[in-house]
Amino acid sequence: MSTVEITAPRVKRQSEGASTALLLGFVTTYLSLIVALPIAALVFESTNDGARPFWDVVSSPEAVAALKLTLWTSIAVALLNAVLGTITAWVLVRDDFRGKAVVNAIIDLPFALPTIVAGLTLLALYGPQSPLELAGHSVNVAFTTTSIVLAMLFVTLPFVVRTVQPVLLELDQEMEQAARSLGATNWQTFRRVVFPNILPGILSGVALAFAKAVGEFGSLVIITGNLPYKTQVSSVFIFSRIESGDRAGAAAVAVVLLAISFGLLLSIGAIRHYATRHDRD
Amino acid sequence: MTRALRKFGLRGIAFTYLAAILLGPLALVFYRTFEDGFAAAWDALSTPETINAFKLTLIISAIAVPLNTIFGIACAIAIVRHRFPGKGLVNAFVDLPLALSPVVVGLSLFLLYGRDGWFGSWLLDHGIQVLFSLPAMVIATIFVSLPFVAREVVPTLREIGDEQEQAARTLGANGWQTFWRITLPSIRWAVIYGVILTTARCLGEYGAVAVVSGRLQGETETATLRVEERYESFDLAGAYAISIVLAFIAVLVLVAMTAIRPKEEAT
Repeated sequence: MSTVEITAPRVKRQSEGASTALLLGFVTTYLSLIVALPIAALVFESTNDGARPFWDVVSSPEAVAALKLTLWTSIAVALLNAVLGTITAWVLVRDDFRGKAVVNAIIDLPFALPTIVAGLTLLALYGPQSPLELAGHSVNVAFTTTSIVLAMLFVTLPFVVRTVQPVLLELDQEMEQAARSLGATNWQTFRRVVFPNILPGILSGVALAFAKAVGEFGSLVIITGNLPYKTQVSSVFIFSRIESGDRAGAAAVAVVLLAISFGLLLSIGAIRHYATRHDRD
Repeated sequence: MTRALRKFGLRGIAFTYLAAILLGPLALVFYRTFEDGFAAAWDALSTPETINAFKLTLIISAIAVPLNTIFGIACAIAIVRHRFPGKGLVNAFVDLPLALSPVVVGLSLFLLYGRDGWFGSWLLDHGIQVLFSLPAMVIATIFVSLPFVAREVVPTLREIGDEQEQAARTLGANGWQTFWRITLPSIRWAVIYGVILTTARCLGEYGAVAVVSGRLQGETETATLRVEERYESFDLAGAYAISIVLAFIAVLVLVAMTAIRPKEEAT
């Protein structure tokens, strides 16, 4: 009898250890096969012939032009998102109007809509033979940097709205009332009370939007025309290098984008860590 | 007066932004698709190549979504309920597809499964074609849609705590029973929400699949690749018609998200 009592828990712990090992084994194997190994192959390919050829490709005029264009359009898009996304989140939380639920649902449309469709729809309205054109305005943005910014704005629209909205919802309005009763103007209340609270939300949304913009491809294929030095962003550059069989060139620029992605993920983690510092104490 | 002005000013900015970026373009494509009547749109859709493309998209999603759902749940349980070396790395790799360009994803797989790749040469020697055929397209789609279930389930799992699970264990349930009877019912809305996001991402994937598919018409062409092909062949009607079907699916996704979000937040 006593032996049963002693051995029973031990058997159970063993089977539990086995199922934990199975779980962790499955997760790490899946992740290695799908994500880690391909990434390793990419990094290996780009540094295969040493650092020198890697640097030669990355510093070639066409690659530099593409990277510069990608970075400044993404920064512009991130900043526009910071302002317009925050305003949209504010309107969705603090304002009241008919159809608010519908507007709220539509925010996620860029996530649900395939990017290639996004590019096509933008081209329909802002490209050649647009109905706006017939109204006498020249709006054709096809094959210009404006089209890049427009497409990036489309695909990044949800990020800032969706990171700021929950913070605004939870924000205690009594703080703002206190500030107002102490004589603060609306602008002062926003800047001193609301803004510091929503800043981490804005920053992590902006970082996500920036990451998405830097890597964006589908919505840009149709609308930008893929003109080297003019409208060719890094992702399109990589794609055209693959098509022309220049794997090393594609891999080198891809590693630069990979490094940017990792950097942004790290900073988003740091922002979250900072924003939840009070919860952890 | 100034108050009303400010209120309507902000509302005006938000509405103009949404209309200019989202609704205007989409409404126009909708109008253009059905400009010549429903029959014309249907003709553009019912070509064998387009039907094939939609079929392929569905097949790929039907493989990728269940796999990522199982992985997502397992991964969330591993991250929240277990301590193990390399947990930080697992966390980082799960989030990576969210921040990485789909073209870079495609290229990585291209290098791994290509003729000179680490796996590709061995697989080709054994008569298995991965690149430019279904397997590579499935793997690419799994890669880009990998994080969604895990990311939805992790916070829910954290919030519900493990007291009920421990209670089940003390009452003699084994790990498997505890999972099916206690854990899964309490995370089910998070799982469903994650599955919807995963499905949307799978159906809409373009960049990664464009790199690894080889875009053979009628063979390795998904619905999104078909949109681009129709556009390049100056068949705007065809491109618009496929786009409208994909947009309709996107709207269904939004409806499902809106219906399920409150349930998920309630758990």
